[in-house]
Amino acid sequence: MNITYFLFFLCIIVCTLIITYWAAKQSKTTNQFYIAAGSLTGVQNGMAIAGDYISAASFLGIVGTVAINGFDGFLYAIGFLVSYLIVLFFIAEPIHRLGTYSLGDVICSRFPSYKMRWMMAIGAFIISILYMIPQLVAAGLLIRLLLDIDYSTSVLIIGSLMTIYVVFGGMFATSWVQIVKTVVLLSGTFLLSLIVFSHFDWSIAELISQVKLGTPLGDQFFMPGNLFGSPLETLSLHLALVLGTAGLPHILIRFLTVRNTLEVRRSLLTASWIIGIFYIITLVLGLGTVALIGYQELIAHDPTGNLAAPLLANELGGDFLMAFIAAISFTTIVAVVAGLVISATTAFSYDIYYHIIKKGQTTEKQQIRAAQWTAFVVGLISTLFALGLRNINVTFLVSLTFIVAASSNLPVLLFTIYWKRFTQTGAIIGMVCGLTASLTLLIFGPHIMNPNGGWIAREPFFPLHNPGIIAIPIGFLGAYLGSIFSNGPKSSNSDFRRFFIKAQTGIDTKEDIQ
Amino acid sequence: MSNVNDYKTEEQTDDKIDFVKIEQSEKFQRLMNDRKKFIVPLTIFFLVFYFMLPILTSYTTFLNTPAIGDISWVWLFAFAQFVMTWVLCTLYVKKAASFDRQTDEIIDEQINNKGGNS
Repeated sequence: MNITYFLFFLCIIVCTLIITYWAAKQSKTTNQFYIAAGSLTGVQNGMAIAGDYISAASFLGIVGTVAINGFDGFLYAIGFLVSYLIVLFFIAEPIHRLGTYSLGDVICSRFPSYKMRWMMAIGAFIISILYMIPQLVAAGLLIRLLLDIDYSTSVLIIGSLMTIYVVFGGMFATSWVQIVKTVVLLSGTFLLSLIVFSHFDWSIAELISQVKLGTPLGDQFFMPGNLFGSPLETLSLHLALVLGTAGLPHILIRFLTVRNTLEVRRSLLTASWIIGIFYIITLVLGLGTVALIGYQELIAHDPTGNLAAPLLANELGGDFLMAFIAAISFTTIVAVVAGLVISATTAFSYDIYYHIIKKGQTTEKQQIRAAQWTAFVVGLISTLFALGLRNINVTFLVSLTFIVAASSNLPVLLFTIYWKRFTQTGAIIGMVCGLTASLTLLIFGPHIMNPNGGWIAREPFFPLHNPGIIAIPIGFLGAYLGSIFSNGPKSSNSDFRRFFIKAQTGIDTKEDIQ
Repeated sequence: MSNVNDYKTEEQTDDKIDFVKIEQSEKFQRLMNDRKKFIVPLTIFFLVFYFMLPILTSYTTFLNTPAIGDISWVWLFAFAQFVMTWVLCTLYVKKAASFDRQTDEIIDEQINNKGGNS
C-alpha cells in the first residue's frame, strides 16, 4: 500500500472515530442510543438515509453493470429510487407516530403481545444480518483488490470499525458517519463525472459515440435487453426493488430519529434527491468507463465489473484520484454496515431483551449496557461469518434482502396501519409465510441449485433467480387469509379506532407529550 | 427529554381522549377523504408509470426508436421516472402541510373541548 492510499484511509478512520468520541458523550440514555434523541433535522436525516441506503453494491456495482450491460444496468437504479414514493406515501409518517425505537413498537401498538414482538424482532434481525454479510464479504474482496491487503485483514478492519461506531456512539455516531459518507460520496463522484465530461468537450453526443466504440455491444448498448432476458424475471426483480425499501428495518427506524412528521417528509424529500442525483452520476461514470477504458480492459481487471469506478479514477487522475475513490468506497461500506449493526442491535436488545426477557423492568444503565453488548456480539458474529464465507459468492443475498423485506415486513406493516379487519394471527402468518416463501424459493432456485458450481449441484426446482413475483404475493395472501380465518377479539373495533387515529393524526404521542 | 416510553402516562392520557368522537367528527372524516383523494390516484399513476417501463422493454421494442437525435424513447422514459419521483415527493410534501393543519385543528379541538368540560 502506498502512502497516498494510507493517508486517505487514515483520514477517514480518524474522522469517523472523532465523530464516535463526540457521540459517545451523548449516548448515555436509551433514547440517545437508539434514536439519537430524535434530534436530527430533516435534511440531516435525509442525508443519513441516503448514506444508509447507497451501498457499495450500488455504487461500484451499478457503475460496473452500466459499463458492461448498458441500459439494463441503469434500470436497476430506477427501482431503488421509485421505491421511496411508497415509503413516503404510506409508511413513514405512521411509523414515526407509533414507534419509539423499533418496528416492533409500531406493530405492538396495535397488537400488544410478546409473540408479535418476537416475530418483528426476528424479521428485523434476519433482514439486517442477511444484508450485512454480503456487504462485508464484498467489502473484503474490494479492499483486497484496491489496496492489495489480505481479505481477512480488510474484513477485520471494517468489522471492528462498524462495531466501535455502534457500541460507543449508538445512533448518533451511525447517523453522522452516514452523513459524512453521503457528502464525501456525492461530491467525489460528482467531481469524477465532471472530469469525464471534460474529456468529451462537455458534449453528450461525443460521449455516446465514444461509448459505442468502447463496447462490443455497439448500438445495442443503449437498448434494453442485455442483462434481463426473461420478462418474468425482469418484472419479478422490479416488484422486489420497488416494494422492498418499504420493509427494510434499517431504513425505517431512521424515521424515529427526527422531531416530527414534517421533518420525516423533509428527510424523504432530501433522500430522494440525493439518491436520484447519485444514480444519474453513476450512469455517467459507467458510460465514462466504457468510453475511456473500454470493455476489454475492464473485464481483464475484474470480470464482475465492480472495479469500474476505481479504474476510471485511475485513468483520469492517476494514483491520487484512485486512492480518493477507494477511500470513498470504504466510507460507503462502513456507513452501510454500521446502520445494519444498529438495526440488528435494536431488534435484539430493545425488543427481545428489554421488552420480552426483562418485561420492561430494567434501569437505563442496564439497557444501555445490554445494547452495547448486543452491538458487540452482532458485529463479532457477522465479521466471523464474513471471514468464513470468503470463497462463496453471496452477492445474491442483497437482492434477496429486498424480497424478504417486501414479502414479510411490508404486508404486515401495511395491513396493520390501514386494514381494520387485520388480526394478530394474520400478522404472524403473513410474516412466517413471507419469510419461508422467499427463503425456500431461493434455496430451490438457480442461485443455490445449479449444476455448474451451485451449492447443490443439480437442476433447480424453481426457475427464477428473483422469486419476488411469487414470494411477495404469498406474504400478502398469508396475512390476508390468516386474518379472515381467525377470530379477532371483540374489543378490536375500539382498539383499532384508537390505533388508527393515532397513526393518522399523531394525537397524544411523542410530540404532544412534551 | 420527556419519557416517551412510559406506558402508564400513555394509558392515562388515552382515557381523556374521546376517540369515537374524533372518528365521527367532520374534520377527521374530511382529513381522511382528502388524504385518500390525493394519495390513491397518485399511487396508481406511479405504479403504472413505473411498471410500464420494464413491461414495454420486455415485450415490445418500439421504445428503441430514436426520439431526440441519438437518444431513444427508452432513455427519456427512464429519466422521466426520476423526474416523476422528485415531482411526486415535492407535491406530497407541499400537500402534507395542509394535512398537518387539519390534524392540528382536530387535536386542538379535542384538547380544548376537554379543558372546557373539566
